[in-house]
Amino acid sequence: MNPLSDKQLEKMLKQAPAAADLDRAVQGVLAQAERDGLIDVAYASVDSPFGRLLVARTDRGVVRLKLPGGRDGQISDDETLEALATYVSPRVLEAPSRLDEERRELEEYFEGKRDHFDVPVDWSLTSPGFRSRALHAVARIPYGKTKTYGEIAKLAGNPRAFRAAGTACGRNPIPLIVPCHRVVQSGGGVGNYGGGPKMKRALLDLEGAL
Amino acid sequence: MSNESLPPFQALLDEHGSDVLGYLVATVGPHDAEDVFQETFIAALRAYEGLEHARNLHSWLLTIAHNKAIDHHRARGRRAVPAGDAEEVAGSVPSSNSRPDEVVSARDPELWRAVSTLPPKQRSAVVLRYATDMSYSAIAQAMDSSEAAARRNVHEGLQKLRGEFA
Repeated sequence: MNPLSDKQLEKMLKQAPAAADLDRAVQGVLAQAERDGLIDVAYASVDSPFGRLLVARTDRGVVRLKLPGGRDGQISDDETLEALATYVSPRVLEAPSRLDEERRELEEYFEGKRDHFDVPVDWSLTSPGFRSRALHAVARIPYGKTKTYGEIAKLAGNPRAFRAAGTACGRNPIPLIVPCHRVVQSGGGVGNYGGGPKMKRALLDLEGAL
Repeated sequence: MSNESLPPFQALLDEHGSDVLGYLVATVGPHDAEDVFQETFIAALRAYEGLEHARNLHSWLLTIAHNKAIDHHRARGRRAVPAGDAEEVAGSVPSSNSRPDEVVSARDPELWRAVSTLPPKQRSAVVLRYATDMSYSAIAQAMDSSEAAARRNVHEGLQKLRGEFA
């Protein structure tokens, strides 16, 4: 008779629960959390022709949309979720069904079948003041139209602050839905974009703005 | 902001869900582990925003799981084998009335049969120590006992297991 060693015991006890069992248990938690209204920030992945988007919403509306390329592409999903936990609420959970409407509208937009978004926006991640005024002005640019950074600066109350308007667009937490791709350079160039200039050009092309 | 260092709650499920479920399967049995797992994480989610810091979230979750397991045993009353029937815990011989998806497999059936027959405190202590790698002080915290009692429970549990399992 061999006495059981600590190592053997540890090895045997340590076998993780089957993945399917864990997955079902986690789904049970998410469903209950949703029924009890305990999810402050729900997020999901949404496919797009440009790659996978990460979309997060609160009860008020879409609070963050992370693009696949450009500067957004350099940020990991984990970092994005950590920022939401810090600045909005730590009760962040993956709950794809909470984002069905957002997914549908985005898909229709990419297919050229939708020229505006009906889902509301939560501005929690936008600092108040000039940036907020600038992005609210951006939110009102119609489909297929463009404005220059200078025009946005003027609408935000400081006509000379076209650089700050550029920064505000660069920090837009909800691109596509707040259409910062419609803000271009006065000289005719498309300018920078959080998802990369190539995507910006493609979106303007999709909207027939070029 | 007191909670600015708290990670997104999803990270707790992703990183510690497996340990919590493993612990609950061993303590309340596979039939009830899923329900108690849900109670554990919902209680954690309700308390999460009030947490002062993000240290030892693993121990924090297992403490809640341990308390929920005790509640579960109390609610079911005293039973000869509080973990549920040993066959279920072993997961090797699904009884005819259990659904296939309720059977937790991939563990050594003999060992789990033996673990399931340990007294509750010894069972919890052994599982916390060996299945989830917790220190004795963390186990003491989770079980609301002294560190000496945690060591004793692990030690006595191990002796019983060795006796039955050799």
